[in-house]
Amino acid sequence: MLNIHHLVVKAGDAIILKGIDLHIKPGEVHAIMGPNGSGKSTLANTLSGRAGYEIVSGSVSFQGQDLLSLAPEIRAREGFFLGFQYPVEIPGVGNMYFLRAALNAIRKHRGEPEIDALDFLTLAKEKMKLLELDETLTKRSVNEGFSGGEKKRNEIFQMALLQPKFALLDEIDSGLDIDALRIVANGVNSLRGPERSFLLITHYQRLLDYIVPDYVHVLFHGKIAKSGGKELALELEEKGYGWIEEIAKKSGDA
Amino acid sequence: MTKQRDQISGSCATDISAREEDSSHAIKQLTEQEYKYGFVTEIEEDSFAPGLDESVVVRLSEKKREPQWLLDFRIKAFRRWLTMEEPRWAFLRYPTIDYQAASYYSAPKKKKTLQSLDEVDPELIETYNKLGISLEEQKRLQGVAVDAVFDSVSVATTFREELARQGILFCSFSDAVQTYPDLVKKYLGSVVPYSDNFFATLNSAVFSDGSFAYIPKGVRCPMELSTYFRINAANTGQFERTLLIADEGGYVSYLEGCTAPMRDENQLHAAVVELVALDSAHIKYSTVQNWYPGNKKGIGGIYNLVTKRGKAMKNAKISWTQVETGSAITWKYPSCLLVGDNSVGEFYSVAMTNNFQQADTGTKMIHIGKNTSSTIVSKGISAGRSQNSYRGLVSIQQKATGARNYSQCDSLLLGDQCGAHTFPYIEVRNTSSVVEHEASTSKINEEQLFYCQQRGISIENAISLIVNGFCKEVLRELPMEFAVEAQNLLGLQLEGTVG
Repeated sequence: MLNIHHLVVKAGDAIILKGIDLHIKPGEVHAIMGPNGSGKSTLANTLSGRAGYEIVSGSVSFQGQDLLSLAPEIRAREGFFLGFQYPVEIPGVGNMYFLRAALNAIRKHRGEPEIDALDFLTLAKEKMKLLELDETLTKRSVNEGFSGGEKKRNEIFQMALLQPKFALLDEIDSGLDIDALRIVANGVNSLRGPERSFLLITHYQRLLDYIVPDYVHVLFHGKIAKSGGKELALELEEKGYGWIEEIAKKSGDA
Repeated sequence: MTKQRDQISGSCATDISAREEDSSHAIKQLTEQEYKYGFVTEIEEDSFAPGLDESVVVRLSEKKREPQWLLDFRIKAFRRWLTMEEPRWAFLRYPTIDYQAASYYSAPKKKKTLQSLDEVDPELIETYNKLGISLEEQKRLQGVAVDAVFDSVSVATTFREELARQGILFCSFSDAVQTYPDLVKKYLGSVVPYSDNFFATLNSAVFSDGSFAYIPKGVRCPMELSTYFRINAANTGQFERTLLIADEGGYVSYLEGCTAPMRDENQLHAAVVELVALDSAHIKYSTVQNWYPGNKKGIGGIYNLVTKRGKAMKNAKISWTQVETGSAITWKYPSCLLVGDNSVGEFYSVAMTNNFQQADTGTKMIHIGKNTSSTIVSKGISAGRSQNSYRGLVSIQQKATGARNYSQCDSLLLGDQCGAHTFPYIEVRNTSSVVEHEASTSKINEEQLFYCQQRGISIENAISLIVNGFCKEVLRELPMEFAVEAQNLLGLQLEGTVG
């Protein structure tokens, strides 16, 4: 599904990602953890095509295509979804109108007919139930005046509608209370399937109690310092990142 | 009394990155769309030779077989005009206009008096078809009555008889002079006096045609009335005059559209619109202005120098909504004289400029009666090398106790070579009134663009979407029939189709 080879990325004058390797197969859920400044958001931004990042070396293939050569909207239409850490407000643009425009852009790319307003509304209402979103959402502008929790639930709602093949969720748990976390996790879990993969970026092990990953990676100073199963997250929770630093130093020396 | 003048100029610092180039490329594409209405209709026209003196005014009046009082009105205006100077206070730069170079009358030749629409020159019918305005009976837009003004004359008015059954008078201004002289005489110049300003005074002397409507007491006009202005002839100025009267408790929604061929010379358009809303009447006046804006290098285009004003009596309401996308130069301030107690004035405006267009537009809300209120919402979008200014006056007179005004002026910059300016003037002469003014200037937001793109939306559509959202408060004021045209003009997709 997604293969990252020796990815080195510069932001401004600093090299942030110092050679990342990651291989995600269809149906797998991976989690990336790591302290602040380790490069988690740079990875998300680079993969989704945000401006301001320079690829120094390495490559990313997504379903056999060279992901980094595609415009951000083409990545999205090919099934790459980014759940934003800070979803932006777009005043005056109706949430439903926005989503229908997005869904139709994706459908058109796939050669499918556009969905009409009524069918879309039916579909949207069904997905809104899943995220326990209030119906007033249909009448509001994109993220405008949404609470932190509503914004995050709206991201997962969008994912449920757009049905991507791969979703990168950047700190989807930040700012959520325990009920909202459960709802978001249920939304994600309901979308898990043999054809769809996920990459979760998080600071907290708590999220992984709800969305149980197949693999956990620890990002440290721009490199994946350690990979393991879901138990690695528990170990991090218990010990902090100090021991990872030791490992990173050793591998750096070697 | 306070007077305030502040200027917010915008040209944002450039931060060159691949994305910025992407978005500026998209903005370029969006703003470089060809003008679709630039064709010329080949039709024989009956025109005056260029030049302007009193004899032209007399000949014009004779041509239209006008009564003496109207000729007197014109002559009085013309003599006044000769003593006036062209105003130069607007934030507009253009060469001095040679008023002798233009022709002051041009009309399609017709062989005889028209008995019905079937006798309208097929070339004209075709012209309006191309513009998306059907004058033919079977294809008419449901619920909209149209007066089609071609150069100096009205060529057709639809649904006249149907409206007449309810006592609504809707016809060309020239027809009204002949058929309803008392009404015209009573109200002509009652809101915009012949001596009002340089361009309005010129119009008062040489206006050729326009639309006239009268809504009787307590009648709610069942359809949208509209005028479609078309400039066709070269070197001709268009000076139309519109007069709308809503009698006590009457209601009318009026639409105005305008286009012109692409020509290298600048053409003059100096219109006057007068609205009279008697006690408890409500007039809603919407404009989609799409005169030829000139080419990408700033050659050609219409000089749109327009005086629009409404007078609202007791409990009356006047709403102006405008979408201004055309013209090389726009000088336009649709205003409300809130004379009667509790009267309401509204001004909703979207002004979009690109290439070398310049717009200086806004409104004047003059509060005279007690407890009068006004709302101003202005959205300016600048692209290319254009300059876009909002200029507005809120004046609260001494006797206008309890008056309220709310103004909001937002500017959006696309690219880094354009300018947005705000000139709000506020005068308050009593202590019981409340005036609020909010202004903002922003550059199109890269975060918003990226968010749209990450959902699969192309950058062109993302810009449309964001611009549309920016204008939403104004666009939703437009009648349905016009909303579609406005959205196409702005290169936008209207939201709100779902939910």
